[in-house]
Amino acid sequence: MLKDLDPIAAPADAAPPDVANEVQAYLARQNGKDLLRFITCGSVDDGKSTLIGRLLYDCKCLFEDQLASLEADSGRFGTTGAGQLDLALLVDGLAAEREQGITIDVAYRFFTTDRRKFIVADTPGHEQYTRNMVTGASTADAAVLLVDARKGVLTQTRRHSTIVSLLGVRHVVLAVNKMDAVGWDRETFERIAADYRVFAQRIGITEVTCIPVSALTGDNVTTPSDAMGWYGGPTLLGHLESVDASAEEKLGSFRMAVQWVNRPNQDFRGFCGTVVGGPVRTGDDVAILPGGRTSRVARIVTMDGDLETALPGQAVTLVLADEVDASRGDMIVAAAGRPEVADQFAAHVVWMDEQPLLPGRSYLLRAGTATVGAQVTELKHAINVNTQEHAAAKHLDLNDVGFCNLALDRPIPFDAYADSRETGSFILIDRLTNATAGCGMIRFPLRRASNIHRHASKLDKAARAGSLQKPCVLWFTGLSGSGKSSVADRLEQELHRLGRRTMVLDGDNVRHGLNRDLGFTDEDRVENIRRVAEVSKLMVEAGLIVLVSFISPFREERRMARSLVEEGEFLEIFMDTPLEVCEARDPKGLYKKARAGQLPHFTGIDSAYEPPEAPEITLKGAEQTADEMVAQVIGELRRREVI
Amino acid sequence: MPAILTTPARLTHLQRLEAESIHIMREVAAQFQKPVMLYSVGKDSSVLLHLAMKAFYPSKPPFPLLHVDTTWKFREMIAFRDRMARDLGLDLMVHINQEGVRQGIGPVSHGSAVHTDVMKTQGLRQALDAHGFDAAFGGARRDEEKSRAKERIFSFRTATHRWEPKSQRPELWSLYNGRIHKGESIRVFPLSNWTELDIWQYIHQENIPVVPLYFAKPRPVVERDGTLIMVDDDRLPLRPGEVPEMAWVRFRTLGCYPLTGAVRSTAATLPEIIREMLLSTSSERQGRVIDQDAAASMEAKKQEGYF
Repeated sequence: MLKDLDPIAAPADAAPPDVANEVQAYLARQNGKDLLRFITCGSVDDGKSTLIGRLLYDCKCLFEDQLASLEADSGRFGTTGAGQLDLALLVDGLAAEREQGITIDVAYRFFTTDRRKFIVADTPGHEQYTRNMVTGASTADAAVLLVDARKGVLTQTRRHSTIVSLLGVRHVVLAVNKMDAVGWDRETFERIAADYRVFAQRIGITEVTCIPVSALTGDNVTTPSDAMGWYGGPTLLGHLESVDASAEEKLGSFRMAVQWVNRPNQDFRGFCGTVVGGPVRTGDDVAILPGGRTSRVARIVTMDGDLETALPGQAVTLVLADEVDASRGDMIVAAAGRPEVADQFAAHVVWMDEQPLLPGRSYLLRAGTATVGAQVTELKHAINVNTQEHAAAKHLDLNDVGFCNLALDRPIPFDAYADSRETGSFILIDRLTNATAGCGMIRFPLRRASNIHRHASKLDKAARAGSLQKPCVLWFTGLSGSGKSSVADRLEQELHRLGRRTMVLDGDNVRHGLNRDLGFTDEDRVENIRRVAEVSKLMVEAGLIVLVSFISPFREERRMARSLVEEGEFLEIFMDTPLEVCEARDPKGLYKKARAGQLPHFTGIDSAYEPPEAPEITLKGAEQTADEMVAQVIGELRRREVI
Repeated sequence: MPAILTTPARLTHLQRLEAESIHIMREVAAQFQKPVMLYSVGKDSSVLLHLAMKAFYPSKPPFPLLHVDTTWKFREMIAFRDRMARDLGLDLMVHINQEGVRQGIGPVSHGSAVHTDVMKTQGLRQALDAHGFDAAFGGARRDEEKSRAKERIFSFRTATHRWEPKSQRPELWSLYNGRIHKGESIRVFPLSNWTELDIWQYIHQENIPVVPLYFAKPRPVVERDGTLIMVDDDRLPLRPGEVPEMAWVRFRTLGCYPLTGAVRSTAATLPEIIREMLLSTSSERQGRVIDQDAAASMEAKKQEGYF
């Protein structure tokens, strides 16, 4: 039809008439292929990026213009010498990476062979970018670990293996690269392979394939090596084409986290989500967790039409037979094969934030579509990713791995990570920065939570306080010497004179008793505040006005203390006294000691103080008299009808 | 009652990609207050839109479409855009950087770099700020370009729309962290793991409408600096000696018409396009003049807020 409008004829090499069938057949073949996601790890010196470049190049997955820009870049940044293509530059995509010749973040590349489609996540090898390697490994079916034949298995190979094992990547390939540089020597390869097998077995990697290659020359990458006739195994690509990628669902039982409730009108209510664990059929009995209500699958809705069965990996909308309530965060599961439901569990945690993980600090935990408050209640040990040794630890720093107990605000459904990546994994989010601060792999639930039952009391705090006052916490925060304790003291006397019931919790007093086991490290400060916050909560229950006078340097802990009591029951009072003034006062001589280096971790000197962002009351310790400050707080308490 | 479909024993490659994209779109709908879908009218946008219709069926997608119009789009793109929004019954918003229009910014007078920055990047930022969108879908794919290959699916932007490639949030499993502070936003790329072939194959399989410019037919073009530029309207000033010729051409990628090169082709059907792509020796972005301005230019543009 187009040709009818055309003043010029189509060129003679126009497509033959059977093109539709030809393409149709090709597409059917493409669609029949499965997909393998793998990562490559190793430092740039091991030739990792070169190897990926080689795979793309040999699989004809590069276009002429990409090769042209590669030639230009090889001249500018290349390390392979004049006239040689530096295949690594194909992969390192960020300007900083090209300049520094290192990989910083994961790059995803795509290629296809006659047998399979591949997504390669090229992951950084440097320890400081471990979190980015973890990102790549979390979705990989296989891992290709590169070692330099001249150096053998190094610390970093062991580190990468540990991460790969933790993240549950099932197939590991040890590619012994740069065989050209060791004269294609069989003994060298076999020694490295034997070394590695012993190590891999020790850390629980069961399936290892070792292949001698040269990314530079291409030997054993996609074509068998003539130089290494002694090697009888598959090429790297040949192996990746045959690795079993389908054994993904160990679980066998259906689960679906509810992402979104679909309600176009009164007559339709569907629950949207992605099927994991096992197939779901219409008529199946299901339970909605954590609540536990049960129903039956009435319809499996898609835009193309309803399904009889949905397979793991499919995104569907389920309509249930009963008017049961379910919302985002709930999980619909096979009634006969349910996951665990608990509010405490043990898990491996990889920490990915500059701010260390502190036990007792509250984070947001995302598992499936549920978001709950969570804290590490016990850091059992840290794992040295280089040596695999376990060591006691008080906190986890960036890129550290630990084995921990976690407690959540409410129970969630989950499986062990070993059984299901999708329902056994979680991330931890920093409440203040919103950063993805850590990730975790659940090992097993902890049952102790279910044996503690809260005693329901007949009297509540309003009854205990009578008409006298509204119980609350007055939380004084500020530097040492800012005047917290003296103002709190004066304020309590004034409240007492007005006939109110009060209690003062002072940093020094509490540290002599309840908290005498705690020091001044960041993790101990967090625990110190947690205990004080819990005690002040009990005192609010008792009907008291509680005056808490603690440096409490971290916003996160003050926020946690606030969250323990009800809205309006927590008044943050910021003693805004400049450091110079506090240091000049130095009532206990502490600043002098700190400056002399005798008091490590002293707030304001070598430990940070995070001022409140929106305190209910700010007192200017250097400008106001004590009486003025007391009067200001009393006025605010009257305005808020606390007294 | 709709027909009951039978399920294959194993999901195909495209079914997996489709499901992943739908999962991502639903996460955005659930996690954000005010998402928007950037609709650029190209083939990737067509697929994105189709997936959005699937993700929320029988509801409509719970977000509007936004087209940042540089005023230099092909006329056929604008007609197609308006028809799609009307046929699907979706809310389409069009934003033009009026400041840029007042200054008379254009690709011919100011060059591709200035035009793209003012009319596209700045225009996009204006539109996102004006409506307070906290998440914006885009159709970018990781196989397109090197810095895209590095980008997360949920890609964090600062309050000034900057991308910080060296400090991206870790992104694990299918757990997407969409938490942001006021003013910050997330760009979301549901097609991250699709390749150009996947896109065409899916368009073919699902019978998705695309702009006719992708199909070859005789069009008026001039050859300029090795690129075939279509003379779409009389705003393209011809250089001395340039005479538009009618040639069988089509477009592999669509942008502003003076910045998008056509390829000589007779592929007038989807199978022919796919066949041609399989035999091609150049990548699709080659036709984009803007990508060739400087090494790593996409990364620099993205840091400024470009999609």
